Amino acid sequence: MDLRDLYQETILEHARRPRNRRSLPDATASAEGHNPMCGDHVRLALQVSDAGRIEDAAYTAEGCAICMSSASMLTEVIVGKSVADAETIFRSVQATLTGQADDELPGDLSALIGVRTLPVRIKCALLAWHALSACLHPAESPGERTHA
Amino acid sequence: MLTRADFPIFSAPVPDASRPLTYLDSASTAQRPAVVLEAMDRYHREFNSNVHRGVHHLSQRATEAYERTRRLLRVVLNAAESDEILFTKGCTEGINLVAAAYLAPRLQPGDEMCVTELEHHANLVPWQLVAEAHGAKIRGIPVLPSGELDLDRLEDVIHARTRMVAVTQISNALGTIVPIEPILRRAREVGAATLLDGAQAGAHALIDVRAWDVDFYVISGHKQYGPTGVGTVYGRRARLESMRPYQSGGGMIQTVELERSTFAPIPARFEPGTPNIAGFIGWGAALEAIAGVDVGTDFSREQWETGVGALMAHEAALRPQLDDVLASVPGVRRLGPENRIGIASFVMEGVHPHDIGTVLDQHNIAVRTGHHCCQPLMRRLGVPATVRASLGAYNTPDDLEALRRGLLAVHAMFGGSG
Repeated sequence: MDLRDLYQETILEHARRPRNRRSLPDATASAEGHNPMCGDHVRLALQVSDAGRIEDAAYTAEGCAICMSSASMLTEVIVGKSVADAETIFRSVQATLTGQADDELPGDLSALIGVRTLPVRIKCALLAWHALSACLHPAESPGERTHA
Repeated sequence: MLTRADFPIFSAPVPDASRPLTYLDSASTAQRPAVVLEAMDRYHREFNSNVHRGVHHLSQRATEAYERTRRLLRVVLNAAESDEILFTKGCTEGINLVAAAYLAPRLQPGDEMCVTELEHHANLVPWQLVAEAHGAKIRGIPVLPSGELDLDRLEDVIHARTRMVAVTQISNALGTIVPIEPILRRAREVGAATLLDGAQAGAHALIDVRAWDVDFYVISGHKQYGPTGVGTVYGRRARLESMRPYQSGGGMIQTVELERSTFAPIPARFEPGTPNIAGFIGWGAALEAIAGVDVGTDFSREQWETGVGALMAHEAALRPQLDDVLASVPGVRRLGPENRIGIASFVMEGVHPHDIGTVLDQHNIAVRTGHHCCQPLMRRLGVPATVRASLGAYNTPDDLEALRRGLLAVHAMFGGSG
């Protein structure tokens, strides 16, 4: 594999200049994803309106370029979407990055496709997305959730 | 002495012939020389059978080969007798055995045990579990920002209520050589039992349980050029004989009735079930190769010290070059003190260790990245993770030049980020 297929310029750019990497004091939902293998973690926070629209999304994280850029892209893509649409995007990203689907991913997310050839790095790309899923399903995930 | 040519993995096909395997992860697991693979293969092909069970000649031969390794380990650890060598799956099981069978029955609420902030999770979590179950407390000898232990704190953390002092001989994450003697001395003063974690020491330092007067010592085969799944607990005879079994079953009993049993003498008392016979035979072959004797030949303590001494000298000769390589790459900072074995743990400004590991892997360079099962130490050093390069018998100056090229490629790709 060519390293440039994994570390595409879009990924490096998001890692250098992350979007929405900040705290969100008015969050209505938040969840944390941990990768115990490497110690990476992402805390994602959402502000969801009563009508079920994601008004704002922000994250804080400690992780590799893949993990950080995936979190950054996630926040760009889901703001303005309904909870149901965010859920659909989560499923599509998860299925595509694990090689179970070939969906066209929205926004900059298609740059993440290179992880498909590196199974140990798929978890890095999905960490923020598992945190999103936990935010969208608080009933199933009381408190913090850990994803191996 | 073992050299690169003794290890078949370096002749295995690689995706790109211009990038031969550069293996810098021996602190995770070392590669296996051909003599180890052949010894295990011979057992399977010529005398596969169970040990300590059969009257047939296959079982006798297997038992002899298996018990030889115990004799060799007596020399390696400088124990008084082979019966003080218990066979386990590895260091982790060894520490669990001592925690459960020695310490747990002796603990009273308010008792303490002492570890260091350098410890691998395997020398923390087993103690945490028994501490929790018995209302005991765990204290840690703190690590200074230099990566050295703060020995000025010994009297605060090891005192009359301390029942066990369990310390690593060499830090797996930093390679730090721990000054074990003042720690063991303090433990003896207060009457605490002692355990040394020798996971990183086996092929990189000398071990002398009698000179150190330590109660327990654990070691693994696979970091000593042997196979995975084999390890040892050394225990002083009086300590072992005072202990109830850890796990139970066949092979560890004297007599069994339906409602009660009496237990076999040591070491069999702690070795129920059929063990990893091929693994222990292979480990014996690795020890012979380190000592520089022919397969199936016993070695003296002097031969062992000469053999390990040659491995230590080989790594000590490469270490300045390893440090130079790291110093030559922009943004790289090595963590930990000078007094260490052939391990270098480092971080690179603005680049996560995971990304470094992936780029190096594309250059066919194997390093370890992450927290090295040492989260308390990583917290103390203020880093989430590091990259660790560790040396073995097969490493050459070319490997370190490959590392330099790989790290420069990392810098070129990520330079200026973060």
